[in-house]
Parts: sequence; C-alpha cells; structure tokens
Amino acid sequence: MMVFFKHPYGFLLFQKYHSIIQLIIQKDLTMKLQYLLFACFLFAGSGCDLFESDGFNVDDKGTLKVVFDNVVGDKDLTLNSGSYVNAAGETFNVTTLKYFISNIKLTTEEGKVVVYPQESSYFLLDESDPTSLTLTLTDVPAGNYKSLTYMIGVDSLRNTMDVSKRTGNLDIAGKAKGMYWSWNSGYIFFKMEGASPQAKPAADGTTNYRYHIGQYGGGFGTPPVKTINNLKNSTLTFGTDMLKVRKNKTPQVEVKMDVLKVFTGQYTMKLAENPVIMVNPLGANVSANYIQAYALVSMKNNVP
Amino acid sequence: MKRVWMLFLIAGCSTVDPKPETPTEYTFKAPEGFPATAYRFENTPITQAGFELGRSLFYDGKLSRDGSISCADCHQQEAAFSHFDHDVSHGIDDRLGTRNAPALFNLAWHSDFFWDGGVHDLDLQPPSAIMNANEMDESLDRILEKLRKDSKYPAMFRAAYGTEEVTTARFLKSLSQFMLLMISSNSKYDRYIRKEAGVTFTADEQEGLRVFNLKCATCHPAPLFTDLSFRNNGLKPTPNPDLGRALITLRDEDRLRFKVPSLRNITESPPYMHDGRFSSLERVLEHYNSGVQATENLDPLLSQNGRRGIVLSDAEKRALIAFMKTLKDDTFLSDKRFSHP
Ligand code: HEC
Ligand code: HEC
Repeated sequence: MMVFFKHPYGFLLFQKYHSIIQLIIQKDLTMKLQYLLFACFLFAGSGCDLFESDGFNVDDKGTLKVVFDNVVGDKDLTLNSGSYVNAAGETFNVTTLKYFISNIKLTTEEGKVVVYPQESSYFLLDESDPTSLTLTLTDVPAGNYKSLTYMIGVDSLRNTMDVSKRTGNLDIAGKAKGMYWSWNSGYIFFKMEGASPQAKPAADGTTNYRYHIGQYGGGFGTPPVKTINNLKNSTLTFGTDMLKVRKNKTPQVEVKMDVLKVFTGQYTMKLAENPVIMVNPLGANVSANYIQAYALVSMKNNVP
Repeated sequence: MKRVWMLFLIAGCSTVDPKPETPTEYTFKAPEGFPATAYRFENTPITQAGFELGRSLFYDGKLSRDGSISCADCHQQEAAFSHFDHDVSHGIDDRLGTRNAPALFNLAWHSDFFWDGGVHDLDLQPPSAIMNANEMDESLDRILEKLRKDSKYPAMFRAAYGTEEVTTARFLKSLSQFMLLMISSNSKYDRYIRKEAGVTFTADEQEGLRVFNLKCATCHPAPLFTDLSFRNNGLKPTPNPDLGRALITLRDEDRLRFKVPSLRNITESPPYMHDGRFSSLERVLEHYNSGVQATENLDPLLSQNGRRGIVLSDAEKRALIAFMKTLKDDTFLSDKRFSHP
C-alpha cells in the first residue's frame, strides 16, 4: 500500500480506494462495474501506478499454491525407512500417510470470506505421491487475505451426496480407494499406518498400527442418531503480512504437518494399548491431536 | 396375459389363486397405501436398459475376485432374495460371514441398510459386499476394469447411459435400478386388504391377523411389515456378541439393536434373525413367548407388566403362522424380470 502514501494525495486516495474496494466486494456485478469505471477514472486522472505494483484490479484472478510438508519434529518424514519415537517413547515408522484437505476459504483483510469453489476443493494428499502435496488453487479473486482455512476430511454434505457427484478424488473406485469405509458408509479423512515394536501384537503376531479416522456426525436411522464428528478446520493466519493474490503473481504458502503431534498434544496415544483406531471413540482423540499438528511454515508473496 | 387375467377375475372364479403373472413395467410405481419412499429417485431415472444391466450384474460372478460368487448366490429369488437355509452368509473360498443375508425387496423405502444401518444409500450398498473379504473380496476398480474389457457390458452401458463409459456411479446405479423394482405387494394379504374379488381369509388367518396387530405390529407394521427402526428383541447373546447398531453409532444405548426385518415372504427366507439362529417360524414364536432375555437395551415393548416377552397360546401361535403364510407373494417370487437373465 506504500504507493498511496508516496503520491501527493496518497492517503486520501488510499481511503477512497479502500472504501471503493469494500463497496465493490459488497455489491452485485452491475454495481461492481460502475465502481470499477469510477475507480479507473480516478486513477487514470491521478496517473497512479497502482496497477503495476502492489494493487490489483478487483476482477483479476490469480493462483495460489499451498504446499504441505509432512514432518517428524524437526526432521522430514521418510516413509518406511525413517524410524521415530513418539511421546509415549514408542519407536515407530510410517508406511502410509494420506489425508483429505477440503473446503478451502480465504478471509480478506476486511473480513470477507471467499470460498474456493466447493466441487474443486477436495484434495487427497498422499505422502508417497509428492505431487499430491501441492495444492494449486486457480481463479482465486485477487485480494489481500489475512487467513486461509481448510478442513481435514470430507464434509457431511459430500459424504451423503449422490454417488454420481463423487468423482475425481472422491471416486470410491478411483482415487478415494482405500479412503472410504463401505460398511459404515463414509470417507476416511486421515489415514496413518506403520509398525512399532511396542505396538500391541495382532492375532497373527504382527505389531503394526493403523489409524483410520473418519466420521462426520451421521444423523441417520429412525430416530436419527448423531455419531462422532471428526471434521476439523485448521486456520493459517498471516499476520500483518497479507497473502496477496494477484493476476501475475502466485503466492505460496507452506504448511507442515508434524506426525509426532498426531500421537500427542491433547491426548497421548499409546501404540502398546491401541494400535488400531478406526470407527472407535478414540478416533476423536486422534483428530483432536492431528488438528494441532498443522502449522504455517512460511508465506511468500510475489512469487512470479 | 394381463387382459386374460382381468377377464378371469371378472368372471368371478372365486376360490382359485390367480396364477402369478410377471409385470412388464420398468418404471417405479409405489403400491397404493405404501408410505413415502426414501430413495432419491430424482438422481436415478429407471430405464429398462439400466434395469437389465443391473440384473446382469446382479447375477454375474465377475463381481467377485475369482468369478465364483455373484450377488444372487447369497440373495436367491426363490428365497425372496435371501440366502436359503444359510444361517450366516457363505461367500468366497467358503468363508463365512457373521450375519444372515436379509431378503431383498421394497428397498426403496429403506433409508438405512444392513442389520446395523451402516449404509444410508442403496447406491452405496454393493461396495460393502464386493469389498468384504468374506463375501466377494474384490475391489471396485478391478470390477470396472473387467466390465470395460468384457464382450457384452460396454454395449449394455451404451444402451443404458448413451455411451460405453463404465463409471462407478453407472455401475452402482444399475444395480440400484434392478433392486428398486423388486417390489413385493401382491401377497394374499395384500389382495385381501385390497378386497380383491375371491380373496378370503380362513378363520385361522383372520385370527392370526388380529393377534399380529395386537402383539407384533408395533415393530412390524403393515404395509412394509417393519418400522425400519433398530431394536433389541431379546435374543440370547452369544459369547462374543455382535453389537449391532452400536458398531456404527458407538453408543451404549444401541448395543444389541438390529434393524427390524420385514415379515413379507417370511416363510420363504429361513433361517431367521441377524445370525440365522432360528430355523423355523415356530422357534421364532417360542422365542417371543418364552425365550426373551433381559439383555441391555431390551425393547420396552418386550418387557411389560412385569413379564418378559409376548404371551402366545398354542392357538395364537398357529394362527400367527397361518397369517404369516399369507404374506408370501408368488408374483414377486416368480417375477421373471428378476430371474437369472
Ligand atoms: C456372501 C454373501 C453375499 C453376497 C455375495 C452379497 N450379499 Fe448382500 N448381504 C449379505 C449379508 C450377510 C447382508 C447383511 C449384512 C449386514 O447386515 O451386515 C447383506 C445385505 C445386503 C443388502 C441390505 C439389505 C437390507 O435390508 O439392509 C443389500 C441391498 C444387498 N445385500 C445387496 C447385495 C448386492 C447388490 C450384492 C452384489 C453386489 C450382494 N448383496 C452380494 C450377503 C451377501
Ligand atoms: C419390540 C419390537 C418387536 C416386536 C414387538 C416383535 N418383533 Fe419380531 N423382530 C424384531 C427385531 C428387532 C427383529 C430382528 C432381531 C435380530 O435379528 O437381532 C425381529 C425379527 C423377527 C423375525 C425374523 C425375521 C427374519 O427375517 O429373520 C420374525 C419372523 C419376527 N420377528 C416375527 C415377529 C412376530 C410374529 C411378532 C409378534 C409375536 C414379533 N416379531 C414382534 C422386533 C420385534
């Protein structure tokens, strides 16, 4: 916004511009156009170089990248071969780590919520497929955003939607294979599996652990019964440094998910006691933990 | 055929049961007096081609890992699409499941499927049987691949949906189209209630209907003969009991509750209960009369006036069985639309 203040009438202009933008955001398209014309007229008259530097045209669309990095404390996660120790002192590795990220929302500096189109917002992140860890959000309205919110899992609406609408990452015979419970119909939101010598042995003597967390609150049956709701939202806030989506610049947000925190935080999980948590009240403890495992690492504006 | 039968009725031939006749309709028509359906028909228009595709799939072993098991192996038409004489389901490699295969009909009215109600959409029911290691042990993507490479299916998909594309939704909705038309509403009881000419109840059947309305109909109400709720009817728990509904809801108050089954065609679908523990209707009635256990969440209807169960005299039992026989629907059981293609 510095540009405003360098200009002789900078501050005034800033205020005008600011309120115009607010108005634009609030009004419908025709109104938008009127104000846009007005704004153009204003800036054209003042010879302001706003559009080339930090400003943006309200109808501009830009791209935003959100990169997820799964880590173990201060180390990067290495599937299979990496050996780690959880809060309960148990040694473990990770053979599978997959989760759904969905329902992405951005909040502008004025507090307006921009919802990323819901149908395109179901991402399935799989540690074994590095390309799946970068979410590329396209056609995002240009703007200054103070926070980004996403859901871990698949919302209840989508979880009960007609099968013809469950395409792409939600296709239970396609990408979502292994991320869907057929017997207790619903998507698995978060799946982490591996082995631990301390894990309580299964009937066949193996010491694997499996966390499959899902359940969206149900509401089924006669009379309807609400089940556990493990849907959780995570919000990344960018502080005074707004996330700036522009036509020609792709800001990049880096998020880490710390596997150690899946085992602790709100509840310390012990593989020696519960190596398998699926449709289980303990799933709520794991989801309470993992929602705190996501954290902002960095936000870079002005990436061309 | 239809016209002939009409004439036959008009002629007033009173005592002979009309020979069941296969309807030729491929649209969904709710029988008169039935409640509102639960299925979202707006997303699945039923067509004859879609139905025939579903029928072919229902009878096809390709839906199992080694080609050996089809839906129809556990859901047999002559047993009202239950697994005749099998207490628990018997699937691939002779592996046994833990539950009795329920009869299939009037599914459009169900909003929750399985004994525990874990699935809430008929379209999403088949994946469970297909992916179950004790049933068909196959994955959906491999089935879709098999169908794409098959000599007959691509043409059937084109006939049903306009193109040969085999998608998850098309596959599942074809099975639904087939199952949705499986309507049972033409038993002797139905024809008696509709006051069709020449249909009369014997004294035993009438008495049975009276006792039924008094003692059974709260949980098994007409016309579906189930209220589709989840209840515990006091079966003796096995050493490692199936917790039923609680496996889905994780609530203690749902332990040992199971979906109330319909009693239509009940004479054709033994054995009975979620684990097929009773081989005859006589044993079921004896359970209600003297076998109801004071287990957790026992339905209050089965523990009234300080007595557990439902008192049934021998005469009442005989009458109830005579009545339940009137729920057999020969039109449905021999409907050629639903038989092996
Ligand atoms: C190995 C035997 C077996 C096979 C094969 C099988 N089923 Fe089933 N089916 C069952 C059992 C057992 C249940 C009840 C399971 C439960 O409640 O947990 C069931 C339940 C159902 C239900 C729910 C009925 C209700 O009232 O809730 C439907 C619908 C159904 N099956 C359709 C199918 C279809 C379609 C196929 C083929 C894709 C199929 N089944 C294959 C054994 C089988
Ligand atoms: C409190 C509700 C309730 C009442 C009253 C009740 N039932 Fe049931 N009935 C059930 C439930 C629940 C089941 C399934 C239980 C299970 O499998 O665990 C069942 C199962 C049955 C079955 C087995 C059906 C099958 O396909 O396996 C028959 C037959 C039956 N009941 C007949 C009767 C008759 C006859 C009466 C009256 C004497 C009666 N019921 C009263 C709830 C009830």
